Amino acid sequence: MGNINASEIVKHLQSAEVLLLGGSAGSFMPIFNIIRSLPQNHPQPIVVVIHRGKNNFSDIENLFGDNCRILVREISDKDKIAGGHVYIAPANYHTLFEKGKTFALDVSEHVWYSKPSIDVTFESAADAYGDKCAAILFSGANQDGAKGLLTLRNKGALTIIQDPKDAEMHVMPQAAVDINAGEFILPSEQILKFMRETFAITNSQ
Amino acid sequence: MSITDDISLSELNELILLVKQIHGFDFTNYTKASLKRRVLRIMQLKKLPFWELKNVLTNDPLFFQEFLDEITVNVTEMFRDPAFYRALNTQVLPYLATFQHIKIWSAGCSSGEEPYSLSILMQEAGLKSKSFIYGTDINAEMLSQAKKGIYSLRNIKSYAENYKQAGMPGTLTDHFTIMYDAASIQTELKRNTLFSVHNLISDNVFNEFQMITCRNVFIYFDSELQDKILEVFYNSLCSFGFLCLGSKETIRSEYYRKRLKVVNSRENIYQKIG
Repeated sequence: MGNINASEIVKHLQSAEVLLLGGSAGSFMPIFNIIRSLPQNHPQPIVVVIHRGKNNFSDIENLFGDNCRILVREISDKDKIAGGHVYIAPANYHTLFEKGKTFALDVSEHVWYSKPSIDVTFESAADAYGDKCAAILFSGANQDGAKGLLTLRNKGALTIIQDPKDAEMHVMPQAAVDINAGEFILPSEQILKFMRETFAITNSQ
Repeated sequence: MSITDDISLSELNELILLVKQIHGFDFTNYTKASLKRRVLRIMQLKKLPFWELKNVLTNDPLFFQEFLDEITVNVTEMFRDPAFYRALNTQVLPYLATFQHIKIWSAGCSSGEEPYSLSILMQEAGLKSKSFIYGTDINAEMLSQAKKGIYSLRNIKSYAENYKQAGMPGTLTDHFTIMYDAASIQTELKRNTLFSVHNLISDNVFNEFQMITCRNVFIYFDSELQDKILEVFYNSLCSFGFLCLGSKETIRSEYYRKRLKVVNSRENIYQKIG
């Protein structure tokens, strides 16, 4: 991790119009720790895609929501994307971005046996936001998200992968590392540190 | 041959125009993000680069059905969103039971899983004999599957899980005749059902209904088109009739929010009041 330019990461994180967090098994805690450290009026919308069973709704929102200052809500179709919110991708739908900064949901086929699929959301974000977006891929037990992260990276977005060695389940981050989808590979502690710095700077302005 | 994995917005619009002019199907007000994924999927499945896709859409009249099968999302389940069916049971059926006839329109019903779920629901509530269920879709091929009412056993297994979670009293497989690896819906449940082609974008009111379900169809439309179709639904409902949208689809139009009372905000069940 010798040549990581911390100020570069924080600068890119800050300038992103949207922040995407994706993961599956083992990603709940690292994502939760980021959401929990967010100030109430954080101006950057944050979109969370965590794999979940089709009929289990609301538990992630409630778990996050009860412990966070920022507003956490499950995405509904055509919701406007606004700062001061953490948006959770609903179970049994894919979450996409439509021009004009709204969400669009989709019930089409599973991707990597997953709905929501992280690939679908990341790829759609690459279309809608290009380089004005930052994405982090966390722990998980399948390779969903890797390809989408690469698409984002190719569009100039900031892409970070949780270090597979640090992840509870290494398959997902490793798949992303293998195709070189991440600009940075960092342990979750360090990701959290950068996020906190970013939040502090953004909200002191 | 490698297929490009991206098309631009202007290419997508070009394709929409072509389909509209040659085949009369208008995808203009579809959500672009989803539509683009569908088009890319067709290009991958059929191994067609974009120029060739345009070419076959123009010159091969038989290809359009295949295109339509793939461009429209036909993913559906019986008892999808069990909580919705629980809400129907407790909040809507007692009201529907007071009507002399219960005509239900399942709009965008694809391969028929939803109309048959409703048929089972009405049967178990003892309302089947006075109910009539219309299933409509833009895609004739899907409707011919719906008419057959035959589903793979693998799917039935997952539908049975939904059925249980919906708090239904019986066993889902009791409503099917199992043959090898497929399950055929019982004839009794097909009675008083009718499947026919209806295009929500270009067709109009065709009957008066006590309940309309149109779930996970609006997600593919922009708000302008949603409002247009809401008008068709509104005009198709009897007074105090119910409109059920998908659990992530809310009515945002002020005009219709005043005329359709929220019965269940989580499941997006509305009742016509104005």
